[in-house]
Amino acid sequence: MNWRNALVLVAAAASLGAAALAAPLRAPVMVDDVAVSETRLPRKLSDFGFFSDPAAQVPAANVTPYRLNVPLYSDGADKLRFLYLPAGTQARSMGEDLLDLPVGAALIKTFAFGEGADRRLVETRVLLHRSDGWLALPYRWNDDQTDAALAVAGARIDLATPRGEAISYRIPNKNQCKECHGLNGAVVPIGPKGRNLSADWLGHMVGAGKLDTMDDGMDTMPLWESRDTMPASQMARAYLDVNCAHCHRPGATASNSGLDLRLEQRDAQAIGIMKRPVAAGRGSGNLLFDIVPGKPDQSILLHRMASPEPGVAMPELGKATVDQDGVDVVERWIAEMKPAA
Amino acid sequence: MTRLNLTCVASAMALLAATPALAETITVEAGEGAQERLQEALILAGEGDEIVLGAGRFALTDGLSLDVDGVTLRGAGMDETVLDFTTQQGAGEGLLVTSDNVTLRDFALENPKGDGVKSKGADMIVYSRIRVTWTNGPDPDNGAYGIYPVESTGVLVTGSKVSGASDAGIYVGQSRDITVRNSIVEANVAGIEIENSRNALVENNIATRNTGGLLVFDLPNLPVMGGGNVILRQNLVVDNDTPNFAPPGNIVAGVRRGTGILVMANDSVLIEHNLLENNPTAHVMVIAYTQPFDDATYNPYARNVVVGENHFGRGGDDPQLDGGEMLVAAFGGALPPVMWDGVVEDGNGLTVVDGVQGWTLNLTTPGQDLATAKPAPLNVAEPSFVFDYDSVGAPAALAARLKP
Repeated sequence: MNWRNALVLVAAAASLGAAALAAPLRAPVMVDDVAVSETRLPRKLSDFGFFSDPAAQVPAANVTPYRLNVPLYSDGADKLRFLYLPAGTQARSMGEDLLDLPVGAALIKTFAFGEGADRRLVETRVLLHRSDGWLALPYRWNDDQTDAALAVAGARIDLATPRGEAISYRIPNKNQCKECHGLNGAVVPIGPKGRNLSADWLGHMVGAGKLDTMDDGMDTMPLWESRDTMPASQMARAYLDVNCAHCHRPGATASNSGLDLRLEQRDAQAIGIMKRPVAAGRGSGNLLFDIVPGKPDQSILLHRMASPEPGVAMPELGKATVDQDGVDVVERWIAEMKPAA
Repeated sequence: MTRLNLTCVASAMALLAATPALAETITVEAGEGAQERLQEALILAGEGDEIVLGAGRFALTDGLSLDVDGVTLRGAGMDETVLDFTTQQGAGEGLLVTSDNVTLRDFALENPKGDGVKSKGADMIVYSRIRVTWTNGPDPDNGAYGIYPVESTGVLVTGSKVSGASDAGIYVGQSRDITVRNSIVEANVAGIEIENSRNALVENNIATRNTGGLLVFDLPNLPVMGGGNVILRQNLVVDNDTPNFAPPGNIVAGVRRGTGILVMANDSVLIEHNLLENNPTAHVMVIAYTQPFDDATYNPYARNVVVGENHFGRGGDDPQLDGGEMLVAAFGGALPPVMWDGVVEDGNGLTVVDGVQGWTLNLTTPGQDLATAKPAPLNVAEPSFVFDYDSVGAPAALAARLKP
């Protein structure tokens, strides 16, 4: 027996013990902190106990649903987001940046397609904050919708998007999780930034003692639903920050492109304006610059957003279809941009 | 006392290093479910493990990735084990490596939708006898790079073979301490490209039927700049005459068909003991960065470029240059082997050893309109710049890893 098998055995024994303890207590469902913090790779989503009714996505105690003002597009999937904070722990406000979540916390995101009775849960991704950092794991739901199983290698599933497009939906593998969640060599959350969370929700969290305070800079991103009435520049920059900047920023997967799409980046060339591509290959679409002010049809950034073709399409992962709403917003922003003098 | 402590630490470290690793060998065969089985092996591997790929064709639908330090991924040979990405549906490359001390050897990738193998922030990596092929030949719809290490320190590419890349066959970007040797690059836009990188040794390679054979670039507005200290030696650079098929917008789309060796905006590049034959535009071209740029930290000049002894065969006889025919006639049937734009930063531009023939455009400023060129025979000093041969190349430990 090598050391890794030994570890798995110890972990299995630990979760067995926890299950035995939890079994007689029918309600309320409590999250299994051993699964969140210690079990090397929990095999089933139910091992965590994040849901009191998994199929209906009813959260267990200390698991709080939330939404983002501007969400990441994933082929039109309906996304159900939850934050788990162990009893007695608290998130810390970092202003507009990511909430500082304690060790033992977890972020849970379920991807679903279909409405009402037709809703199918496809996958649930979890981010576990462990003593040695964050661990990202993907779980694939079974056909009976009773539980989801760990899919370290990812999977492909044929399904139809809300717009009726038949696609081969990709559940990312464990490494691909890191392609988006990696920053300076570590795995970090992407979504729950203060600026992209609503004041209502943040206020509720403070009231419940789950967040220390609210700060300036929070809830500053406009709601995605307001995209037709808000200024295109504001919506587009928010969209690019949420959909692109986890890779296109220093220290992340696409750092070598030199393109930095974070909302806080103020340098015109860094966000792509009259910037030449570096390693775009055929992704350039025979165009010369990432963004040409006033010329959406000459902008590589928009060209790649509007393509579903592997090797051209951006984002590279988690996208089989084009986000037409996102394309529209970015197109309007570039069209309104004043050409350089 | 301090000295004693240091000694203790040193022996503790030696002890750690000497502890035999509990490395495992995991075998993955081609066939049903190869995507999941291979990706799972790459994820569940422990540090130091070896993943052995069986002979055969692995049909893959998605990019693979490796993020565990010290793993060896070994096939049965670059013609025996083929990772076939012809039906790839997602991801930007065939294989992505993001961990350190990885060894890739003896397998092939065919028809990846984006790049072939990309290793990013992956220090001390070895590519040995890796083949990346786009089987339809030159095509702008092929992926950009075959072998693509970037933002890494310690890179060895050896015995490898890339053809059909719509940018560069072997591209090393934003990296340090690099050796590319004993490899074959054929029918790519650029054969081998060293970009925004330092301390690179490119030797004993064959670059043929590319648009341009060997390229050394430094580009602005990138996280890592200041490329230089590069030696290109003992390469066979022949018949690089494939029309440029790079999608416009990419920097290599500007490379003229028939360029043997191209140095653009770099510091300290030595070109010696290469054999160049039938590169119809120029065997060697040395130029400043030609595009407008907005980056105060960027140096667009080619500095301290030295052309030593090389064997120059026929070449420069069908240049893809404006007024090329007139130039060829003026030079008596073929342009001399070394073409320089003439742009000098500060008396530190191009030097050539005695006997090397060339010509200059006599430009003075980076980006100057080519229409204002005043072509003339090259007349530059003999080299005085001294290269430190020990300062280029990958750490010896990388080649040592390949010894049986």
